[in-house]
Amino acid sequence: MTATANPNDMIHVRATPEEKRSTIIGAVLIALGAYIFWQFGLGVEPGLQATFNLSLQTDTVQGLAWVVDPRQFSMIIGVIVAGLGGWRLTRRALQYTNLSLAISFLLLVMAFLAWAAAGSQFSLVGMLRSTVVLSVVVVFGALTGLMCERVGVVNIGIEGQLLAGAFAAVVLSSAFGTAAGVLGGVAVGALLGWLLAWLSIRFQVDQIIAGVVINFLALGLTSLMSARILSEIQTLNAPERIPAIRIPFLADIPVLGAMFFDHTYFVYGMFLLVFGIHYGLFYSRWGLRSRSVGEHPKAADTAGINVYWVRYRNVILGGMIAGFGGAFLGLAQVARFEENMTGGIGFIGLAAMIFGRWLPIGALGAGLVFGLSRAVQQKVAILNTGIPSEFLFMVPYIVTIIVVAGVVGRTRPPAADGIPYIKD
Amino acid sequence: MALELTGITKRFPNVLANDDVSLSVGEGEIVAMLGENGAGKTTLMNVLFGLYTPDEGEVVIDGKPLEFGSPGASIAAGLGMVHQHFMLVPVFSVAENVILGLEPTNGVGWINQKEARRLVNDISNRYNLAVDPDAMVEDIPVGVQQRVEIIKVLIRDAKYIIFDEPTAVLTPPEVEEFFAIVRGLKEDGRGVIFITHKLNEVIEVADRIVVLRDGKSVGEADPKATTQSHLAEMMVGRPVDLVVSKDPAEPKDEVLSVDRLVVLDDRGQRTVEDLSLSVHAGEIVGIAGVQGNGQTELVEAITGMRPALMGNIRVGGVDVTEFTPRQMHHLGVAHVPEDRQESGLVMAFTIAENMVLDSYYDHPYSRGVRMDWGVATDAAERLVREYDVKAKRVDAPVSTLSGGNQQKVIVAREFDRGVKLVIASQPTRGVDVGSIEYIHARIVEERDAGEAILVVSSELDEVMALSDRVLVMFEGRIVGEFDPTTTSTTEIGLAMLGSGGNDE
Repeated sequence: MTATANPNDMIHVRATPEEKRSTIIGAVLIALGAYIFWQFGLGVEPGLQATFNLSLQTDTVQGLAWVVDPRQFSMIIGVIVAGLGGWRLTRRALQYTNLSLAISFLLLVMAFLAWAAAGSQFSLVGMLRSTVVLSVVVVFGALTGLMCERVGVVNIGIEGQLLAGAFAAVVLSSAFGTAAGVLGGVAVGALLGWLLAWLSIRFQVDQIIAGVVINFLALGLTSLMSARILSEIQTLNAPERIPAIRIPFLADIPVLGAMFFDHTYFVYGMFLLVFGIHYGLFYSRWGLRSRSVGEHPKAADTAGINVYWVRYRNVILGGMIAGFGGAFLGLAQVARFEENMTGGIGFIGLAAMIFGRWLPIGALGAGLVFGLSRAVQQKVAILNTGIPSEFLFMVPYIVTIIVVAGVVGRTRPPAADGIPYIKD
Repeated sequence: MALELTGITKRFPNVLANDDVSLSVGEGEIVAMLGENGAGKTTLMNVLFGLYTPDEGEVVIDGKPLEFGSPGASIAAGLGMVHQHFMLVPVFSVAENVILGLEPTNGVGWINQKEARRLVNDISNRYNLAVDPDAMVEDIPVGVQQRVEIIKVLIRDAKYIIFDEPTAVLTPPEVEEFFAIVRGLKEDGRGVIFITHKLNEVIEVADRIVVLRDGKSVGEADPKATTQSHLAEMMVGRPVDLVVSKDPAEPKDEVLSVDRLVVLDDRGQRTVEDLSLSVHAGEIVGIAGVQGNGQTELVEAITGMRPALMGNIRVGGVDVTEFTPRQMHHLGVAHVPEDRQESGLVMAFTIAENMVLDSYYDHPYSRGVRMDWGVATDAAERLVREYDVKAKRVDAPVSTLSGGNQQKVIVAREFDRGVKLVIASQPTRGVDVGSIEYIHARIVEERDAGEAILVVSSELDEVMALSDRVLVMFEGRIVGEFDPTTTSTTEIGLAMLGSGGNDE
């Protein structure tokens, strides 16, 4: 049946969801471009300069800086962002919608920084380094969620696993040294992973409820022990800070060296885990079996795979990753325990997992976006821009809401995500 | 050497699914297990394959007793099963699905992709299956998916292979190909158990026929010496009329008109492509086609459950393209959805609640904010009587009913409100013969009362028996229109594959 399309036919064509999304995002980007143009461009007094420092005091190469005229700079960015929006409005090349969004987001950040730093100096490389550091716990959290959800178990308890891991790491490190602290954090994470698996597999407790239980358990226990024990015996809350390991030569590269090659082993471990889990998921026996259990557990079962064992194993491994992330928070990032010191970062990790489409490399990218938004917030607070710091503090959470509300488009979770496997 | 089941009994809450069933299959033998939906065939096979543990009985394979409750043990004992609902991961490639559970690795756990591909190609070539190891399972047709399942079984070198309703998703020419594969397995010296409810197939392919009814085995038959009506009688327990009796249709005004409709599926693919059709008052139009050729999306678009990308839908001259399901309901459109448990009924609700699910908000069931359950219960009791639903009480959960009676609840609810258009999708899927006869008769009755009826079914026999006109759907388009009284099944079967058939 060859339907000759007659252009005069009154055929009502409706937009596909992707086309509608392209249009909406196009309109938003044009508005954003105009805002950048007026506020960050024309809003700056003519003649002011913004200096972005590209060297830290610890760097080998000193004195690198990038000087811009924020007025011009932001006006150009405003035009580019609006142009990307106009391109989206044409509804062509729909696969580039997310890329346009990402580029616009980065440009927005640049224009904002130029505006904020007008007439003064701003350590750009310091912010980029903070971006990596602040994304670490988010990425560990996202990897934890991913390990569990890839086998069909939803883990809402990441937050609690991070917090308990941090507590155990701090106390054990203070008492018995760093190694005991890290191992203890991982062990406590494994224990809480096992608890989630046991509740949701053995008893088929609703996985959301099981996760919430873990969060309250971890928050309650650590707060109690912190108030009762750590405040009495303060030597138990004084771990040795884990030092950074400078990687020879690589750390001397300007900008990149400070960003990536002068960190604690947790950060290097994060990159190894991200790529290891990514390639493991798609090219190893462990990954194939894990994904089959998360997509179609009955098919896995009929292929002779023990669905329950695979779920236990991955959920416990996920808990260990969270415990390791908690140890980073307690021993490297902060170097002491504070009540509720995770402050919702586990949930941001969960959002990063969704934003990253259940892929470890995606989780890394999403984690860096959240890290960037927190780094901007911290550095800009110093600049005295007149923006209330409370508002800046909200930024990472607003980014989370926007991301989870579906700005990134349709994503496809594992088909059996959150569904208990019942044999009989 | 044989596979022997002795005295298998499996009980579920309220149901005795298998009652002392015994069965044996030898090497190089094809045994057909015949039974209605709900006779206990699938339960028996799930026991054999380690998905269920039986309450009594034992299974012996080549002299060794089988350990129950573990598919791994069943596979190791030489059993293979091709399930009715394929056990394939849609987002995996063919090769990944085949090697799942026995992955060739390089020793430290990385999969040897080359070896995986070679394994698939070897078996595919040896049995002439023509399967691409790199294709994504969700992208290949169901007929090919079934061959992937067969490769999965063969790669594990299964000696006894169970096929659960294997022809349900195949077109008639594909069924012939499938039989050739099964005969090849038999020549290989493998034993085959073939589970089905289709009478002509068992006579064609089986060496021996075992009939199951209400969980009990009621006898054996020799395919060379039996007839379809005899088998049907054994299966149902009483003589069965296999033909739908109806007078020629007297079509009147056009009721449903679909004009150049394009609909997207959940993945954003155009699954209904430039499709036009019309249904007149007083006729039954049947849509035949292999599952997954856009029928689901077409029905959802017509009933307001899925937006149309392009084109128009009119009912009685009114443009309903952007109507909601409730607006369609008010217009007098009845909808029997294809999956009653997913979109037809709320399984945890009572029969009475399900009966008023479409009109609870209106007079007489609703009085302001308060429901009048008295009126609803009375109405439900009347419908249960009128539509022959076998239920003791209308305040029992609908999940306690059999598949056939659940389906009758939907038919009762949808037909009992002066409708002018009926959209029935897979109206008798998973339903016993008695209920099939009843639902078919009821649909013909509605036609004779002057309603327009659109029936969508992947059971070609059903479409042929019920329809006054048959449309064949392939890859989202109508590829042919046939008169069921003058067309052979083979001709329509070819059209279902996208070849042959007369263009509109």
